[in-house]
Amino acid sequence: MTTPAPAIELKGISKAFGPVQANKDISMSVARGTIHGIVGENGAGKSTLMSILYGFYKADRGEIFINGKPTPIPDSQAAIRAGIGMVHQHFKLVENFTVVENVILGAEDGALLTPSIAKARKLLTELSEEYGLKVDPDAIIEDLSVGHQQRVEILKQLYRHADILILDEPTGVLTPSEADQLFRILERLKEEGKTIILITHKLREIMEITDTVSVMRRGEMTNTVRTADTSPAELAEMMVGRKVLLRVEKAPAQPGDVVLKVDNLRVVRGGVERLKGVSFEIRAGEILGIAGVAGNGQTELLEVLGGMIPAQGGSVTLHNEAIDLTGKHSDGQTRRARGIGHVPEDRQDEGLIMAFEAWENVAFGYHKDPKFNSGMLMNHAAIKADCADKMARYDVRPPNPRLPARNFSGGNQQKIVVAREMDRAPDLLLVGQPTRGVDIGAIEFIHSQIIALRDQGKAILLVSVELDEIMGLSDRIAVMFDGKLMGERLPSETNENELGLLMAGVTDTRTEGAA
Amino acid sequence: MDKMPKWADIILIPLISVVLALVVSGLVVALIGESPWRAMQVMVQGAFGSAYGWGYTLYYATNFIFTGLAVAVAFHARLFNIGGEGQAAIGGLGVAIILLGVAWPHWTIALLAAILFSAAFGAAWAAVPAYLQAKRGSHIVITTIMFNYIASALLVYLLVNVFRVEGSMAPESARFAEATNLPTASDFAGFLGFGTSAPLNFAFFIALLACVGVWLLIWKTRLGYEIRAFGQSQTAAVYAGINPTKIIMITMLISGGLAGMMAINVVMGEAERLVLDFVEGAGFVGIAVALMGRSHPVGVVLAALLFGALYQGGAELQFEMPAISREMVVVIQALVILFTGALDNMVRMPMESLFLSLRRRREAGQSQTPAE
Amino acid sequence: MDFLTVLQILDSTVRLATPLLLACLAGLWSERAGIFDIGLEGKMLAAAFFSAAIAFTAGSVWIGLLAGIAASMVLAGLHGAASITFRGNQLISGVAINFLAAGLTVVIAQTWFQQGGRTPQLPSDARFANVELPGAATRIRDIAQQGPLGQIYSELISGHSIIVYAALLIVPLTWWALYRTRFGLRLRAVGENPAAVDTAGISVVGLRYAAVMIAGVLCGLAGAYLATALNAGFVKDMSAGRGFIALAALIFAKWRPWYALSACLLFGFFDAVGNRFQNIQLGELVVPVQFMQALPYILVVIVLAGLVGKAIPPRAGGEPYVKER
Repeated sequence: MTTPAPAIELKGISKAFGPVQANKDISMSVARGTIHGIVGENGAGKSTLMSILYGFYKADRGEIFINGKPTPIPDSQAAIRAGIGMVHQHFKLVENFTVVENVILGAEDGALLTPSIAKARKLLTELSEEYGLKVDPDAIIEDLSVGHQQRVEILKQLYRHADILILDEPTGVLTPSEADQLFRILERLKEEGKTIILITHKLREIMEITDTVSVMRRGEMTNTVRTADTSPAELAEMMVGRKVLLRVEKAPAQPGDVVLKVDNLRVVRGGVERLKGVSFEIRAGEILGIAGVAGNGQTELLEVLGGMIPAQGGSVTLHNEAIDLTGKHSDGQTRRARGIGHVPEDRQDEGLIMAFEAWENVAFGYHKDPKFNSGMLMNHAAIKADCADKMARYDVRPPNPRLPARNFSGGNQQKIVVAREMDRAPDLLLVGQPTRGVDIGAIEFIHSQIIALRDQGKAILLVSVELDEIMGLSDRIAVMFDGKLMGERLPSETNENELGLLMAGVTDTRTEGAA
Repeated sequence: MDKMPKWADIILIPLISVVLALVVSGLVVALIGESPWRAMQVMVQGAFGSAYGWGYTLYYATNFIFTGLAVAVAFHARLFNIGGEGQAAIGGLGVAIILLGVAWPHWTIALLAAILFSAAFGAAWAAVPAYLQAKRGSHIVITTIMFNYIASALLVYLLVNVFRVEGSMAPESARFAEATNLPTASDFAGFLGFGTSAPLNFAFFIALLACVGVWLLIWKTRLGYEIRAFGQSQTAAVYAGINPTKIIMITMLISGGLAGMMAINVVMGEAERLVLDFVEGAGFVGIAVALMGRSHPVGVVLAALLFGALYQGGAELQFEMPAISREMVVVIQALVILFTGALDNMVRMPMESLFLSLRRRREAGQSQTPAE
Repeated sequence: MDFLTVLQILDSTVRLATPLLLACLAGLWSERAGIFDIGLEGKMLAAAFFSAAIAFTAGSVWIGLLAGIAASMVLAGLHGAASITFRGNQLISGVAINFLAAGLTVVIAQTWFQQGGRTPQLPSDARFANVELPGAATRIRDIAQQGPLGQIYSELISGHSIIVYAALLIVPLTWWALYRTRFGLRLRAVGENPAAVDTAGISVVGLRYAAVMIAGVLCGLAGAYLATALNAGFVKDMSAGRGFIALAALIFAKWRPWYALSACLLFGFFDAVGNRFQNIQLGELVVPVQFMQALPYILVVIVLAGLVGKAIPPRAGGEPYVKER
C-alpha cells in the first residue's frame, strides 16, 4: 500500500527582503484532507511563507510540490491554477462592488460580464448551500458584516475550485461565536477533502481545530508535530526558544480613590453611534481591562479619553474635575497636561512618526513642554538627552536617539512609546493593545511596567483583544460589545467561556452583576 | 537599518537626477542639430560671465526662492501647492493697491507695507483651497489649479477695467511713486560692476531672510515640528494633540504668503507698476526648485540659483543661437521636475541596491576577520 | 436673439466641447484605474503639434492624426513609467509632462518651421473637413430658409468634423466597456482596490498601463482635433488650459461617462457664449467676459466644496500600488 502524496510539500524555501532573511531553508509537508496550523511570533516569517506558496512573492531558493508534482508558482495565477486559494488577514475585496462581482473578478467566463454574472450567481447559491456559507450575491461588500465579508473571501476561493485553502489570522476580527462558525465551516471543508492551512498566533485555536502544527521562529521552521501530541505551553516554548511564563506575576491590587469616572459616554463617528452610553470608574492603583472583539467601540473609548475625538454626550471626570469632551477646548496635549498618558492601539500610525528619529518621537505630544523648549525654539539638546536617558532605562535597543523610528523592531518601537507615556507617571494611563506585534521578551517587559505603574498607585485603563492579556493583567474586567459595556467581572470569578459569551453580546451568563 | 547613508539621500540622488535632466536636455539640443556644448557655454557665460548676467540670474533666482520656499513649506505638511502662480499674481495686486493707495515717504516703510500686503494677499488666495482641504477634503492640487485660472481672469479684469491708466491701451497700472522704488543692484552693489539696467534689487535680501525664517520655522520651532509631524502622519498628529485644520490652514497661509512676496521683487522692485502676467511661470518653477532642493531652504537657494541661471542663460541663448527657442528652458525645467520628482525611484532603486551590496561586502569582510 | 443665433451658439458649443470631452474621457479611463492624470493638457498639446506638423509635411490629415496619437501615447507611456513602474508621484509626473509638452512643442516647431514656434497654416487636405450629412444645407442663406427642424439638422447636427461624431460615439462605448465587459470590471477594481486584483492573479501593472495608454489615444484625438479641425495649424500653448477644464469636468461628472458628456457640453457652452459676446448684459448687471472664462473653474471649486453633491474619486486613485509585506 502506498501512502498518497501530500497535498503540499515545500523543500528548502528561502527568501530575503533586502538585508532581512524572512524565510530560511523551510521544508514542510501537509497531508491531503487535514488542517495544518502554522504558529510563530510576529515577524517569524509565516506570512512570507504563505505569500510564496500563493505566488505573491517569488522564493529565492526552494521547490514546491503540489500533490506530489513539482509545481513552480511564479505568480498568483499559477497558484490559482494549482488549486491554492488564500484568505488574507485584510480582505482583498472591492468594497463598492457586489458579492458576485467580487467573486468573479479574475475568474470571469469570457469578455462580457452579463453571462458571467448570471452563471456565478447560480453557482454561488449552490456553493453557499453545500458549505453553509449564506450570503446575498447582490449585496454590496461594504454593507456586509466582517464575518460575512470573510465568507465572500472563502466563496471566492471555492468558486475558483481551490483544493488547498490558506487562512491568515482569520479570527482576529471575529467574535468568538463567529469564530466558532468559521471553524464549523472549515471542518466541513475538510470532510469534503479540502486541505487547509491556518496561520494564527492563538494557541487555543491551534489546539481546537488543527491536525498537525508547525512552529516558525526567526524565519526558520523549528518543529512540526501532531496537535494531539503537544500542549500550548510546549508550543509557546518552541515559538520563543525558551521557557515562557504564560502568566503575569502580580500582587493583589490596593485600590484607592476614584481617579477616572466616566458617565453615559456617547460617541458618534461617521454617522454611526460607536459608544452608546458607557459608564465606569477606575480607582488609583487598579487596572480595569476592557475585553471585546475589535471594532466594538474600544478604539473610540481610548480616542475620546485621549482627546483625539469629541464625544456627543455624557461626562468624564478626572479626580472629580470635569474634562471637556467637545474637542473645542481640549486635545491630546491638554489631556497629557492633566496627567493622562496614552499608549495608542497602533504605534506605527498613531504613537510614532516612523520617519522621525527616536529623540523627536520622545517629545511627540509633549513637544510644548517647557523642559523641551527654550523661548521660541525647541531645545533639541535637552530632548536628545532625555531620549538617551529613557532608552537606557527602558532597555531600547539599539540605544541610539538618532535612529529613525522605522528602523527599530516592533518591540523596541513599543518600548519608546511606553517610555514616553509611562515615565511621567501619569495619574491615568490609557493603554491599547500594548503587546500587538511585539516579541515575547518585550511583552514580559511591558507587562511588568504596567504592573509597576499600578503599584505606584496610578489608574490604568487597558484595552486588548487578547483575552489572555486581559485575564493576566486586569484587576477588574469589563466586556465591550456594540458600543456598550456588558457588565464587569473579577478575573478570579470568571473564565474565558463566560467572557466569550459577553463578547458576543450574550448577557444572561449570571443572575447577579458584579459592579 | 536604512538602505542608504543620509548624504546619498540628500545630495547624491538629487545631483544624479539633475545631471540626468541636463543630459537629456543636451540630447534634445543635439537632436535639433545644435551643439549642446556650445549651448551650455553660452548659457553659463550668459548667466555668470558678467555683472550684467549675474544681475539677471540673481533677479530670477529671487523669484524662484520665494516660490520654491512656498512649495517647500507646503510639502513639509504633505500638501502640494500648485497655486503659487495665482498666489503670486494676487500678491502683486496687494503690492499695487498699497503702493498706489498711500503716499509713502520712503522706500523702507513702503517695503514693509508691501511685504505685509503681498504676503497677506497671497495668503488669502491660498486660504480658500486650504479651507476646502481642511474642512471638506477637497483635493488641494485641483483647487489650487482652479484658483490659478480664476486669479488670472481676475487680474485681467482688474487691469483692464480698474487699474488701467485712462487713455492708455496697455493693461497695466500707473507707475508707483518714485519714493517707493527699491534700491537696485547698482545702488547697493555698484562697486561689483552692476549697472543700472540690472533688475536685481533689494528684494533679494528679503528672499534670503525668508530662507532663514523658513529654516527656523521648520526645524527649530514647535509649529515646524507640528507641520512635519502632520505631513508624516495625520492620525499620529491627532494623537499628539495637533489640530489638522489649524496646521493645513497655517501652512497654506505661510505658503501662499511666500508666493505672494514674489511680487515685491517683480512688481515693486523691477516693473514698478502692476503688469499683466508678471509671474511668468515662476509659481511653477517653484515646484521644480522645491523638489530639487529637497524642500530645504539651502537646497531651495541652490536650485533657485540654477533656475535663475537657466532663465538668464536661456535668454542669451536665444540671441546667440536663434535655432534654439527660449522654451528650451521650460524643457529643462520639465525634465528636472520629472527626474527629481516623478522618476525619483528610477535613480533611487539602483542606488539603494548598490549601497546594500557595498554594505554586504563590507560586513562579510568584517565577519571574516575575527574568525581567522 | 433669434432661433438661428441660439443654434449657432449650440453648434459652437458642440465644437468647443469636443476636445474637452475627449480629454475628459481620457482622464476618466486613467483615473478609474487609479492613476491621476493632470497631464491631459500636455498630452493634448503634444498631439496638437505633431498632428499639425505631420499633416502639413505629409499632406494628409489622417497621417497627422496618427502622429498626434503617437506623440500623446509617448507621453502617456512616460506617465505610466513614472507612476506605475517607478511608483512616483502621479501629480508631479503630470506637472512635468505639461511643461515638457509646452516646451518641446515650441522648441521643435521653431527648428522645424522657423515661424516662431508655430506650424504653417494647414491647407485643406491637411485638415479634417466638415462632414455634411445627407440633405443638410450648408450655406447660411439656405439654412435661414429652412424650418426649425431643418435648421437644427443643418446647423447643429450636420457639418461637424468626423472627430466630433467619433467623440460622441466614444461616450456610450466607454460606458459599455467599463460596465459591461470583463476588462471594465477589472479596470474599475484596480482603481478601487488593486490588492484585490493582484490576489486574483491579474496584473495590476498591465491594467494600469492599458488605462493610461487609452488615455493617451483619447488625448491624441483631442489634440489632433484642436490643430487640424478646430484650427488650421499649431500655435504655442494652443490647448489653453483645456486639459484642466477637462479635469474639472471629470470631477463635475463624478467619473461617469454620461455625466462627462453633460459637463463638457456645459463648459463648452460657457466657452461658446464667451466667444460670441464680450460682455453680457443682464439687466443692470454686466457680466464681464473674464467671468465667463473663469466660470468652469469657479463651478468646480463649488462642486469640490461639497455644495453641489459630493464627488468621490476612485479610492485607490493617486496611490502607487506596492505589495504588502
